[in-house]
Amino acid sequence: MSFNDPHGYKKNLSSPYTGVKGWIDSRLPLIRMMEAEYLKFPVPKSLNYFWSFGGIAMFCLIGLILSGIFLGMHYKPSAAEAFNSVERIMRDVQFGWLVRYLHMNLASFFFIATYIHIFRALYFGSYKAPRELVFIFGMLMFLLMMGTAFLGYTLPWGQMSYWGATVITNLFSAIPVVGDSILLTLLGDFTVSDATVNRFYVLHWLLAFAIVGLVVFHVITLHMTGSNNPTGMEPQNWDETLSFHPYMTIKDTKAMVLFFILVAFILFYYPNIMGHSDNYIRANALVTPAHIVPEWYFLPFYAILRAIPDKLGGVLAMFGSIAVLFILPWLDTSKVRSCLYRPIWRICVLLFALNFFVLMYMGAKPASDIYVLISRIGTAYWFLFFLVLAPLVGYLETPRQPVTISNYIRDKKA
Amino acid sequence: MSENNKPRRDFIKLASMTLGGVGAASLAIPFISSMQPGKDALALASTEIDLTPIPEGESLTVVWRGKPVFIRHRSQEEIQIAQETKIEDLIDIEEDSVRVQNDKWLIVLGVCTHLGCVPLGQKTTDSKGDYGGWFCPCHGSHYDTSGRIRKGPAPKNLEVPPYVFLSENRIKIG
Repeated sequence: MSFNDPHGYKKNLSSPYTGVKGWIDSRLPLIRMMEAEYLKFPVPKSLNYFWSFGGIAMFCLIGLILSGIFLGMHYKPSAAEAFNSVERIMRDVQFGWLVRYLHMNLASFFFIATYIHIFRALYFGSYKAPRELVFIFGMLMFLLMMGTAFLGYTLPWGQMSYWGATVITNLFSAIPVVGDSILLTLLGDFTVSDATVNRFYVLHWLLAFAIVGLVVFHVITLHMTGSNNPTGMEPQNWDETLSFHPYMTIKDTKAMVLFFILVAFILFYYPNIMGHSDNYIRANALVTPAHIVPEWYFLPFYAILRAIPDKLGGVLAMFGSIAVLFILPWLDTSKVRSCLYRPIWRICVLLFALNFFVLMYMGAKPASDIYVLISRIGTAYWFLFFLVLAPLVGYLETPRQPVTISNYIRDKKA
Repeated sequence: MSENNKPRRDFIKLASMTLGGVGAASLAIPFISSMQPGKDALALASTEIDLTPIPEGESLTVVWRGKPVFIRHRSQEEIQIAQETKIEDLIDIEEDSVRVQNDKWLIVLGVCTHLGCVPLGQKTTDSKGDYGGWFCPCHGSHYDTSGRIRKGPAPKNLEVPPYVFLSENRIKIG
């Protein structure tokens, strides 16, 4: 170094590698970074298969972007042509049916993987300090995923596309004073129209890549703290960790192969099982389908929306149900992370998961009395869980003493 | 740099950042305006309709600004029910008389004020809800024979679009 650098601002240009690898690495330090973060990166050796779903979700995202690129080469984002261009993809474009079914079903499986991933975080306390930002970036991604999925569902311009878009954009009209002008700005017309589908196509792409950007932040923050594990205890020494490669790469590969066998099974045998047949009817602005339901992954939130008998209240409850997730790291007052050692909170979390499925079922049912009543109970528990139980149980419960990672593994083997 | 130069430098920093910020923010005006309905969409603002083919007790759906408009030729009984409804029973309080220009013709936007679905009740075979007007299948809002919200999550009555009677049986919406 030719000058004195007392603060160490200048980068280290010397690389641990030689030859072409060394030449590149000393100019673009990606190789040493990948080695540190992905090959030698230490993870707790007690990880179970729940820890594979982040990687699985990422592969779903990659598959969605890939299939989306090829779909985009044939799709036409206009009210006049959208529906027919999708039909053309299904009938005339070579392998178009496969590309589209892949995109459709991967979207669902992306949500499946993400929901399992979020459950993992809740159950084993992965949101707790010092991993708050990992969790918050994850929640931001979840929010963008929902936005991207909604925008994408509008594009085929079927009846469900059209009326789903109408109902969801109308949520904004619940905002006092400015609601109606926000709605006009969003739609670009007085109804969901040609202008709407055109901009939704652009925004669908934009949000998809914004998710990719957030994945980077999610991983950077994760690699600062390292992975949580079933015990919720930090590794005490080097022996309680394994290098990411080959241990996690091989384990995650196994989980991925099993997961994508399931994807393939649905993709090839029941490609429409997670969709709605009404979406193969062209959008009609004058007829609302008798049973308008969102995609399955929105159903719990849709049930919350319908549970509140007031328009603004329903919208606030729906957005609030996601907003409370963001502050969970500060709502949970317990010192212990993992549910394995928290007898009361564990029941609360399992009930929360059960409640999620109950709400999902209610969201698919018509808005009649008994279903609305159950939705209300479910909605109440959702908020009770975050706003009351998280602080209170952490305070009242006496957790068991978590075991170290080594002892956890010894006990499991015994 | 002497100490008494510092406030001046702070002022210049603040002033240039403010100006830069205001300049960048003003870009939002053309961008956001471009997202609003274009002149072509705004131009499709009026529709003329002949009412003669609609028999008493039946309805017609027409399109205005891409939205369905419900025109109902109300029967004497429907008019009576709408006019005699007690104000206390309403959610969004409006007399029937301010919602119609001619008692026989109720003209409202066919857009549920909850989340924008098209309520059922236009066809004679449709469910008309508990109050004889319309029923929204999406989230269960019931409207009466004056298009007023009576039950369900919708906050407001079906909107009455601006219209004028050109002659006894001809209207212009918009």
